[in-house]
Amino acid sequence: MDYRNLIKIAIKALANNKMRGFLTMLGIIIGVASVISMLAIGGGSKQSIREEIGSMGSNMIMVSPGNGRFGGVRQSASSMQTLKMADYESIVREASYIAKITPTVNASGQVIKGANNTPTTIYGVNPEYLDIRGYVVESGSMFDDNDVKHANKVCVVGKTVVTELFPNGEDPLGQIIRYNKIPMKIVGVLQSKGYNTMGMDQDDLIIAPYTTVQKRILAITYIQGITASAISEEYTDKAIDEMTQILQSNHGIKIGQDNDFNVRSQQEMMETMSSVMDLLTVLLACVAGISLIVGGIGIMNIMYVSVTERTREIGLRMSIGAKERHILFQFLIEAVIISVAGGIIGVVVGVGVSKIIAMFGTPTLVQGYSILLSFAVCTITGIFFGWYPAKKASQLNPIDAIRYE
Amino acid sequence: MSEIIKIENLKREFVVGDEVVRALRGLSFTINQGEFVTIMGTSGSGKSTLLNILGCLDVATSGEYYLDGVSVKDISKNDRATLRNRKIGFIFQSYNLLPKTTSIENVELPLMYNREVSTSERYKRAVAALEAVGLSDRLKHKSNQLSGGQQQRVAIARALVNNPVMILADEATGNLDTRTSYEVLTLFQNLHNEGKTIVFVTHNPELAQFSSRTITLRDGHIINDIQNNRIVSAKDVLATMPKEDEQSV
Repeated sequence: MDYRNLIKIAIKALANNKMRGFLTMLGIIIGVASVISMLAIGGGSKQSIREEIGSMGSNMIMVSPGNGRFGGVRQSASSMQTLKMADYESIVREASYIAKITPTVNASGQVIKGANNTPTTIYGVNPEYLDIRGYVVESGSMFDDNDVKHANKVCVVGKTVVTELFPNGEDPLGQIIRYNKIPMKIVGVLQSKGYNTMGMDQDDLIIAPYTTVQKRILAITYIQGITASAISEEYTDKAIDEMTQILQSNHGIKIGQDNDFNVRSQQEMMETMSSVMDLLTVLLACVAGISLIVGGIGIMNIMYVSVTERTREIGLRMSIGAKERHILFQFLIEAVIISVAGGIIGVVVGVGVSKIIAMFGTPTLVQGYSILLSFAVCTITGIFFGWYPAKKASQLNPIDAIRYE
Repeated sequence: MSEIIKIENLKREFVVGDEVVRALRGLSFTINQGEFVTIMGTSGSGKSTLLNILGCLDVATSGEYYLDGVSVKDISKNDRATLRNRKIGFIFQSYNLLPKTTSIENVELPLMYNREVSTSERYKRAVAALEAVGLSDRLKHKSNQLSGGQQQRVAIARALVNNPVMILADEATGNLDTRTSYEVLTLFQNLHNEGKTIVFVTHNPELAQFSSRTITLRDGHIINDIQNNRIVSAKDVLATMPKEDEQSV
């Protein structure tokens, strides 16, 4: 009850100085709003990166040849021939944490249909590739294992390829396109995935059986990579270890020797990207946090003025029986009310600003922790910066204060 | 009659630089319940120092001060605050009402610091106190909407609201014009007739005739302590005053 009265007194005092209270609050409002919207921008960017990478398959693992030497000359990954079909087959046979797996070969070149042509990449894979990468066949169907077995000249094309080759909107299914003079029949069209975070068009591709690409286009027997998916995201690390061991024993690599291949997961990429975003978010939040501190100093300043201005009032309160702690808490409560009210308004403004920013295209995500954080910070700011003026007020000598002019 | 104030050889010294200023040099007196005492003295006589000590705002260097039987010598700051809250009603020369605050809220203020008083009781007592000073039609007026005399009456109501054993007035009529002064004095005399103990500190010798006793200070000593058996009624004086003041109000 004692403190309820003090809160009433503090509210009354603030109500007597609405304009000043509001202006003081403004510092906190701007501080909190900017902290929340900055964290929302950071959070939004991070989330969109995660979603992008996740849509490519968050449990995806890629094996590429690597660290190959040819007479002391380090070779580029694409020209290396260290990965063989036998590697793929032994992983299929032995690995227990792998759900889907495909060998990959790819080639770049011009694809032609009648008078139209476009440069694109052709991926030679098996049907499991769709699930690993998260592609969906929109119309037609995926080629099957039989097509792979016989190296049939069939393919599934992305939306970009379709628009380039069929500008008049013809049905691409069943049409024959030519890739490096090899005629291929379109059996399916992929659903559009759009651009990824790195700005790559994920619809600009042709998928064909890897045997077709190997034999008919590239004329090679080795494979350029293996793409697989772990049975679930948390088993990715185990799957990587497992695959590494299988490949090491296949390739006769002894302990201490460099591997002639690389195994990387999509998760690693995601973490790298996220850590960059985290750093950026921290920087943004720091800048916003500084404005919160400036707002806090504003509170301190106003509380000081208020104490000086109300010296007589403090003297009176003391002479009619207010104890030191009553005065201390009255001014402290005033400071906390300013900062908490400023905090609440700041949260509302911050969330609003985040929504507006999102409308202009930058992804934002208001996280619960950022609201809690800025709320806690501004309450602490209120107590911290309100304490000293309040302490000063409570230690006034009532005899001097009551006659203060 | 019980003793409200008992002072024995009260001394108060201030150290200013190297010098010791002796504001009070050994005062002894008692004030009984129901007395209306004027403490008179020129500036520098020590009356303000005495007022501060009587009001439990300051403590004596030596000597004893009993307020309503409680020794106010070795008690803590907090206990003195409680003592002020429960036993003393302060009235100041410049009213010291809270700005932009209604009469009722101003009068409620001392009870805000008394956790034994509930919200409803606080309101009731504040209304009663304002009625006692004749301001029942000014409950919701803010302090800046009241005249000087009305403001001082609100201050008196504030001093009465906690049922103090003593009302301590510091030049309570100092800021008021003559006519309003007499109105306020009438109020004090009414309170005196109701049995309240009043200590009225002033430098104005004219006010002595309205109280029951006058203690005169000079240089920290009591030079005079006289009972007044012929109290002049402020109300009668007011009646003899010309009415022209009212036109100027």
